[in-house]
Amino acid sequence: MAANENTKHINWKNFRETSMKYVFLAAACVSILAVALICVFLFANGIPAISEIGIVKFLLGRTWKPGNNLYGIFPMIIGSIYITAGAIAVGVPVGLLTAVFLAKYCPKKIYGILKTMIDLLAGIPSVVYGFFGMVVIIPFVRNVFGGKGSSILTASLLLGMMILPTIISTAEASIRAVPESYYEGSLALGATHERSVFCSMLPAAKSGIMAGIILGIGRAIGETMAVIMVAGNQARITGDILKGIRTLTANIVLEMGYATDLHREALIATGVVLFVFILIINLLFSIVKMRGERN
Amino acid sequence: MELAVNQKVGSSAPQPDMNPNTKDIAAMNKVSLRDRIKSYLRTPGSFVVCLLVLIAAALTVCVLVFMIGYILVNGVPYLNADLFSWNYTSDNCSVVPALVNTVFMTLLALLIAVPFGIFAAIYLVEYANKGNRLVKVIRITAETLTGIPSIVYGLFGMLFFVTALKWKYSLLAGACTLSIMILPVILRTTEEALMAVSDSFREGSFGLGAGKLRTVFRIVIPSAIPGILSGVILATGRIVGETAALIYTAGSVAEIPKSVFSSTRTLAVHMYQLSNEGLHINQAYATAVVLLVLVVVINLLSSALAKKISKA
Repeated sequence: MAANENTKHINWKNFRETSMKYVFLAAACVSILAVALICVFLFANGIPAISEIGIVKFLLGRTWKPGNNLYGIFPMIIGSIYITAGAIAVGVPVGLLTAVFLAKYCPKKIYGILKTMIDLLAGIPSVVYGFFGMVVIIPFVRNVFGGKGSSILTASLLLGMMILPTIISTAEASIRAVPESYYEGSLALGATHERSVFCSMLPAAKSGIMAGIILGIGRAIGETMAVIMVAGNQARITGDILKGIRTLTANIVLEMGYATDLHREALIATGVVLFVFILIINLLFSIVKMRGERN
Repeated sequence: MELAVNQKVGSSAPQPDMNPNTKDIAAMNKVSLRDRIKSYLRTPGSFVVCLLVLIAAALTVCVLVFMIGYILVNGVPYLNADLFSWNYTSDNCSVVPALVNTVFMTLLALLIAVPFGIFAAIYLVEYANKGNRLVKVIRITAETLTGIPSIVYGLFGMLFFVTALKWKYSLLAGACTLSIMILPVILRTTEEALMAVSDSFREGSFGLGAGKLRTVFRIVIPSAIPGILSGVILATGRIVGETAALIYTAGSVAEIPKSVFSSTRTLAVHMYQLSNEGLHINQAYATAVVLLVLVVVINLLSSALAKKISKA
């Protein structure tokens, strides 16, 4: 009797152990399911519109006039690229140098405070950034450079600010991962502190820094609310950085509220294009990271 | 345990002059200001670079301080009773309904995402074999989820929860969208926290005859709690600040929700609407203050917890 009870207990225990294992496994598969669902729903709703409009007309068409059935998102693609490039031009130099400061110059006493501040910068919501851009950077650009204020330049400055924490923290981590012997060896050969840091440590940290920049590009290209609030949102192709422009993300948010039929599907297709961009950037990121790890 | 404590005390106690020359040796390594200036005079290029580094760091700090300072200075004077009245009207621009909605939205999204995130992390750390191909796929998809911009989540939420499942613009649709968005955050932080738990804990538990399940829930998870909590709080920060994923999933009705199927507006969406309308710029400043304070407190809490585990 007692033995029977015992085996029963063990059976129940075994059952519980294995069943919970499968529960954990199922939970782990949720992220796979989520990615699959996102792909299926975006593509299923976006691809028909692209084929109806014509893929060349859609991607390379220069006019976006839903009223006249003209759905060319080329201006928005260019807009996203311009603003991202601008953000990189603003954010990378400042972010990289700040990372060098944190890793190699900063006195221990203020390091903790600085690190907390940069984490805060990462946590501030994009609406607050956008609001700040609206009330401070737009008037600043208008007064100093002229134009209306809502422009590529404004959006680049704001996005440059927003990607700072991403670039700083990844660059700092990769600089810290370089063995100290590189620095010491360079110093011992008579190089100055700066030369040791910039000519022997930074090259060694290259792949980590690149990964950080790619992460920053991903953030900049996907940023929505802050860009809408400062970029002007005119769907046109312009080379003037003091003129407004519209990004892919802005296109979706601005018109989704009232769009119907083909217009709505064209907006979803815009999302598909954005999604593909992001997937490519993610792929680049993992390639760079993997190469860095192999070295 | 006793031994470890003793060792710690022993190592941190000041060592009496075993080597009287260490002080001098340390001093040799230090460069005085005058030496440094001399060296910079010899190498002006280095001096310029040093200056650039200092300027960049100062710029970063100034940007943050100026931004927070500017919003606080302009917003705090407008934090009045009107802003916190129970019902929203277009005159008082009350933030209370939005605040209540934010709390509901956060709780609901966490309720959905936290169990999945923690269970998934348990599988990855405690159950999966190292070379498992499934684990690789899970890692890749989690990384992909991290990189997807919030507007794409918003689009997906609109297509799936709002349209396909016919939930309309609702609290539930918004919370589900957000829970997918924060899933990778919780997964990764929990994973790190579980991996930080020493293997001797697990071995000790197995040695005493506990099963795998009991070991995980009684031994591993309790010691990983601060790390998990830090991840959950980080996710909360993301939910509170999110706008783009919510506009077309939760809508923007500024009322306290009657059920999970009613449309709601969180604080960040409220802030966007206010600044977009441009009619109540002072109230927008004040709302920005509320949002900023909320997010700053959440982030500080999270990093304080994270520091606690790295010390332990």
